[in-house]
Amino acid sequence: MKRSILLALCILLASCSSDTGPRNTGVYMLLDTSGTYAEELVKAEQIIRFTLTKLDASDSFAVARIDTGSFSERDIIAKASFDDRPSAVNRQKRVFAQQVSEFVESAQPAPYTDITGGLLQAVEFLNEKGTGTKTILIFSDLKEDLEEGYIRDIDVPLEGFEVIALNVTKLRSDNIDPREYLGRLEEWQGRVEKTGGQWRVINDLDGLEGLL
Amino acid sequence: MSFMLGITPWPVVSALLWIILITATLYLIRNTAHQAIQAAAQGLHRSFRLASKAVSRSEANLAVRNRDVLLAAGREAKERIIEREFERINETVRKDLANYSALHRSLSESIGRIEKDHQEAVDVPPDPPGWVKAVEAVADMDAKDGRAHIGSILSDIHKSLIKAHKEAMVAYHKASAKRHKLLRHMRPDWRRIQQTLAAVGKNVDSLLSRSVTIDRHMQEYEDMVHGHDRAMSVLSSSSLVNFFVSAFVLCIAIGGATINFSLIARPMAEMVGGTSVIGNFRTADIAALVIILVEISMGLFLMESLRITRLFPVIGALPDKTRVRMIYITFTILFLLASVEAGLAYMREVLLHDELATSALLRGDTGATATGEYMWITTAAQMGMGFILPFALTFVAIPLETFVHSLRTVIGLLAISMLRALSLTLRLLGNIFLYLGVLLKQVYDLPLFVPLWIEERMTNAAARSSRDQDMKGARL
Repeated sequence: MKRSILLALCILLASCSSDTGPRNTGVYMLLDTSGTYAEELVKAEQIIRFTLTKLDASDSFAVARIDTGSFSERDIIAKASFDDRPSAVNRQKRVFAQQVSEFVESAQPAPYTDITGGLLQAVEFLNEKGTGTKTILIFSDLKEDLEEGYIRDIDVPLEGFEVIALNVTKLRSDNIDPREYLGRLEEWQGRVEKTGGQWRVINDLDGLEGLL
Repeated sequence: MSFMLGITPWPVVSALLWIILITATLYLIRNTAHQAIQAAAQGLHRSFRLASKAVSRSEANLAVRNRDVLLAAGREAKERIIEREFERINETVRKDLANYSALHRSLSESIGRIEKDHQEAVDVPPDPPGWVKAVEAVADMDAKDGRAHIGSILSDIHKSLIKAHKEAMVAYHKASAKRHKLLRHMRPDWRRIQQTLAAVGKNVDSLLSRSVTIDRHMQEYEDMVHGHDRAMSVLSSSSLVNFFVSAFVLCIAIGGATINFSLIARPMAEMVGGTSVIGNFRTADIAALVIILVEISMGLFLMESLRITRLFPVIGALPDKTRVRMIYITFTILFLLASVEAGLAYMREVLLHDELATSALLRGDTGATATGEYMWITTAAQMGMGFILPFALTFVAIPLETFVHSLRTVIGLLAISMLRALSLTLRLLGNIFLYLGVLLKQVYDLPLFVPLWIEERMTNAAARSSRDQDMKGARL
């Protein structure tokens, strides 16, 4: 009898111990607010709303802007770690959407574009949350434009992260020389994959189903 | 191969030599080989026969045990039916015989009243008219008395007669009216007697029909006690029918439990959290399942306490007072759980609306957030289902009991069939090995046809010469 109980307990423990890692999702979205790209923020709001519908209890989501110096908590527009209870999650989502909406209405174009700083901030945020899946969404044309004095030629540790570039628009100069555009994409892909991250580009915003 | 064909310079000769050598060897060891084949075949044949007999014995034992179990279950079920029939008869007799004195008194009173009314209603013959005597007096008058006054006397008589006739008619009408009134009074008594007698007749008929039923059940019970084959076949078939019917009802109950589960699993996340897991299952799902299982358990205990089912003999054997307490306790728990489920069902609807509203807001579809006018119907329906389903699941105890009881018989029958098939297979294998031995011996002899033919010739020749010598000896 004792042996049977012991065996049952072992089986129960074994079943409980299997795959004990976190199963929640962490998403950090960077919004490029520089120059003319600030006009694209309405699209970004749609993506944020879509992302909110895909997230569930105990997931984490943060939206931050990319400006002159993005490696800062002050650039975070809205963030939430969703509650365990479904009713609270819905409430948090509504508040989150409201915050983003207010930002989009009042967003001012930034003079510079510090994507690497934003990426570092995203990695820090998601590592701190310790989510099972870590996704960084970059809503930008990927044209980094640093202010003088900012040092960003550093490797961002992206192992276990998926970086998705959204709505990578072509600049006027890209139209003259498409190699610039392709070069930018290749450069970012190289930087992400070099440090163990996964890279994806989604330009068709109608096909967001596979985003998360 | 090349070695074998290379023992002489000529391969054909080598092959022939080998053939002769092998054939000679096989011929020399033929008897031993035959014996070995025979022994192996016989051994396998006997082993399989033995195994087959052992399986057959197990099958017979199992059949006997199954029969005993089936008869015992049948006896128990029949005892319950007969007991219930006797209880019904007892109830009928107690109810009617307890009122029998009142019934008898009522009947006697009614009959007495009828008798009295009947006596009073007897048609009294009218009194002879008063003028008859007067006529006689007139007839007896002599002439001397004079008959002059006869006319006036007759006139008086006539008047008296008319008067008397009128009075008699009035009296007669009065008497008739009184009689009719009495007879009218008798009518309710007749009806009452008729109704009482009809009720008594109905009860007697009911008792008679019940006694016929009891006779039939008793006959079946006796058949079971004596273990007649007819009773066995009836029990087996009814057991199979019970098994399939109860399995069907249990499937329906599982469907109900699944719907119940879906009603409470989502709102349960509000209580225990939506993301915590135990093993590979969400805690909210496990909690919802546990609630449903507790409800089913309470239903089982309630049914046991009500003595509708007999899955737990301990509950059935409890003193009546404790049992009644248990009924109240289990029903209260069930009621509370049903109320909790109704609340959770309501919560589910609220959460669903909240979620839909949030999704619509995030999609920017503000029109979709408006709730329909008749949404309260679905809310009420869900709450009703949440409240009713736990009570409905209570009745799972009945098919469950039938399923458990019939399962023993069905498993027994299946095991018997399997053992029978196994026994047949083993016997078949035994025979196959026996004839395989014979076949192997024949196959062994095939390459030895030449020496065997020579042997046969030599044997025949030896037999002939021996016979010739015997004949010569006989002549001499």
